[in-house]
Amino acid sequence: MSTPTPGPRRGLLGSLADFLDDRTGYRALVHEALYERVPGGARWRYVWGSTLVFAFMTQVITGLVLWSSYSAGAQTAWESVYFIQHEMAGGWLLRGIHHVMAQAMVVLLALHLLQVVIDGAYRAPREVNFWMGLVLMMLVLGMALTGYLLPWDQKGYWATRVATNLAGLVPAIGPSLQQVIVGGPDYGHHTLTRFFALHAGFLPGTLIVMLAIHIALFRKHGLCAKQPFTKPDALFWPDQVLKDAVACLAVMAVVLGVILVPALRAALDGRPIEWGHLGAELGAPADPSEPYAAARPEWYFLFLFQFLKVFEGWGASGEFIGAIVVPGLVMAVMFLMPIVGRWRLGHGFNIAFTFGLLAGAGLLTALAWREDYAARWTDTAALADVQDLLHETDGDEEKIAAALGNDPVKQAAFAARRKQWDGARHSQAFLDAVDTAHADARRAVELAGRPERIPAAGMLDLLRSDAATQGPRIFAQHCAGCHAHVDPSAPGAEAVIAKSSAANLHGFGTAAWARGLLDPALVGGPAYFGNTAHKEGDMVSFVQNDLAGNDSWKPDDVAAVVAALAAEAGFGDGLDEAVVARGRGLVADGDRCGSCHTFHDNGTAAGSAPDLTGWGARDWLVGIITDPTHERFYDGSNDRMPRFGTADEGAQPPLSAKQIALVADWLRGTWYRPAAAQ
Amino acid sequence: MGSTHHDPPADRPPGGEPRRDLLTRLAALTCGGLATLPPVLAGVWTFLDPLRRKGAAAAFHPVAELEAVPDDGLPRRFPVVSDRTDAWTGFASDPIGAVYLRREKGSETVQALSATCPHAGCFVEVDPQEKCFRCPCHNSRFAIDGGIVPPSPSPRAMDELECRIGPGGEIEVQWQNFYTGIAEKKARS
Repeated sequence: MSTPTPGPRRGLLGSLADFLDDRTGYRALVHEALYERVPGGARWRYVWGSTLVFAFMTQVITGLVLWSSYSAGAQTAWESVYFIQHEMAGGWLLRGIHHVMAQAMVVLLALHLLQVVIDGAYRAPREVNFWMGLVLMMLVLGMALTGYLLPWDQKGYWATRVATNLAGLVPAIGPSLQQVIVGGPDYGHHTLTRFFALHAGFLPGTLIVMLAIHIALFRKHGLCAKQPFTKPDALFWPDQVLKDAVACLAVMAVVLGVILVPALRAALDGRPIEWGHLGAELGAPADPSEPYAAARPEWYFLFLFQFLKVFEGWGASGEFIGAIVVPGLVMAVMFLMPIVGRWRLGHGFNIAFTFGLLAGAGLLTALAWREDYAARWTDTAALADVQDLLHETDGDEEKIAAALGNDPVKQAAFAARRKQWDGARHSQAFLDAVDTAHADARRAVELAGRPERIPAAGMLDLLRSDAATQGPRIFAQHCAGCHAHVDPSAPGAEAVIAKSSAANLHGFGTAAWARGLLDPALVGGPAYFGNTAHKEGDMVSFVQNDLAGNDSWKPDDVAAVVAALAAEAGFGDGLDEAVVARGRGLVADGDRCGSCHTFHDNGTAAGSAPDLTGWGARDWLVGIITDPTHERFYDGSNDRMPRFGTADEGAQPPLSAKQIALVADWLRGTWYRPAAAQ
Repeated sequence: MGSTHHDPPADRPPGGEPRRDLLTRLAALTCGGLATLPPVLAGVWTFLDPLRRKGAAAAFHPVAELEAVPDDGLPRRFPVVSDRTDAWTGFASDPIGAVYLRREKGSETVQALSATCPHAGCFVEVDPQEKCFRCPCHNSRFAIDGGIVPPSPSPRAMDELECRIGPGGEIEVQWQNFYTGIAEKKARS
């Protein structure tokens, strides 16, 4: 890059350059591009446009390579992004740059717009170029929106559904518009192929054309120089280019910083660096049947999300106003800025409007964050009385008023605290959903690393068949109403167990669980039969009377029975085989356990107590969950446990065989674990 | 245009210090280059990822029972089935290729020929009338034992695969892909 010098050029390169120039006139073009006059000298305030072009170029480079590894399909999108992020060389960095630069681009857009408005650069003759800029802004936001869906994870899926549903609110054409964007009546393959075509084809293609015009018009009108000039005029190259390049480098440094800070922190804390988890997040695969309370748009759209809440209670018309009318009006005002700005007062209005808009968006964003994270700083213990009163009164307003002595001051105070309590509850639900989503995402990545890899049906299919993922959900929904599932040694476990009305199933089948069952101090407690109909049953009285230090049951015998039970459950690894065999003999003994319990072929009639053959093993658990009233289990003495796998004719059982197997596997802790964690 | 484009730019401010100008240029190029480097490097790094990946190692796969190949000297086609991984997807027992098996009269020895044409990789078919192999793409012709029949565009005979009778009496074939278009039979790894 040297300045053209007069006279003939020498050497091969010079001749080649002359040859090319004679045929293309490139020197004039380069000259035109580089030696633009910058009145008043190069300035930092002029860098924003260039940083945006740089950001876009970065997105094109990284985007094209991502494209070469991405597969747009409901069973392959998440999977291919997983592969890029976790298995391809440098994929995390590539995707990280693309993801963070997209956000940087939105920030740079705001700065560019702000600078143009403040400098009045939209005024004649630059109106058309200002409008082009607004269109470019919408194109960039469109790319941000469409890109969010492409990984097909829970986050992108649910957030984008909201956006496309809002498109359905457009008058007259809304429903058709929505169906065209979504590629059919429902989300699926064609939603992805369309969003991908928009994200990587239509939108950037249009953007490149518009950007070319934008830059050409900018060059035609020249730079809108800020008065007064304090320095002599300079040239675009190299003076302004240097400032632009430094700004671009700073942008890239920030982007890399955002990606690499977690790695740095891990390194400083002495933790291993998980490269695959750096950069852009990949959530659990999209699941239309799995609610996702943490669905939020990307942070720069959060103000719109929060803005919609302003119209809560207005019904569909509120959403229409919030999502379409107001943003439409704002855009209309912005399009009118060059006209309004012709007058001094109008220019002032434009600046105030832009600042007001940014401040409003900032405020709404802050509000959204505050709502989501309120539980982190709300002292919920101090609000326990609110919960208690709501419980007592079932939320009935009159009863609450009566409880507060119909005192308006107290009522107002209560209303304020109730709002706080409500906010904390919502926020906690959000935070819990984020945690679950993170756990699911981690689990999905763990499963994807199995030697069998991901089935052709996709990761979602695998996740739905995963005991570690589904077990806790099924348990929470169907079992946790009565049973606790908490490590007895964990802090706070006692309170949880005390509240439950059936046995604590944590570690069921293990020696530790069986030891507790045969412990006179525990068997009648809430962790076992204490809160059930069997509280004063034969088993409890047997353990408390016969097992408590007596001649026929020595501590060794109890230990042997415990070992035998654990071995039946399949948790016998490491146990002394001789002890297990002796324990099996004791269990089968018709004068001991065998007097009530069937055990293999000990001849005790089924029905009086649960069959201990294969106790705690998968098949046994599946059996008792399927039908606890079966003669193999509690028969007629079943307490309240529902039959989860059988039903009267014409009725559906609450759980499918697959779900029961999943919860059994989860209780037993048998699921895939990566080799390193075993 | 003529020679005017060789003139110094008219809008160049006079009296710029040449040394300072050079430094500015160098600094601008360095900063610009450094800023562009991360996406380009990350892109190249990821784009070249396929070079790190290796195909499945050659292994014996049960293909057919011995009785399924009549000892009439005529080739029969069988799929080779194996577990395979395609990027992130794992397939259990999926066809990965096809072989021709043939047996001479009264012989227990099986000949296995890859169905992939050594010329350009098309799928070779049996011509039952002329009792030979024919490739539908460029008309390569091979004898029934896989030998080359001139004139043939293929540079070599059909690729013979290692073959053995497994413990259960089934025919096992060592499946391999070979580079096409060259005279040497060279396995792809």
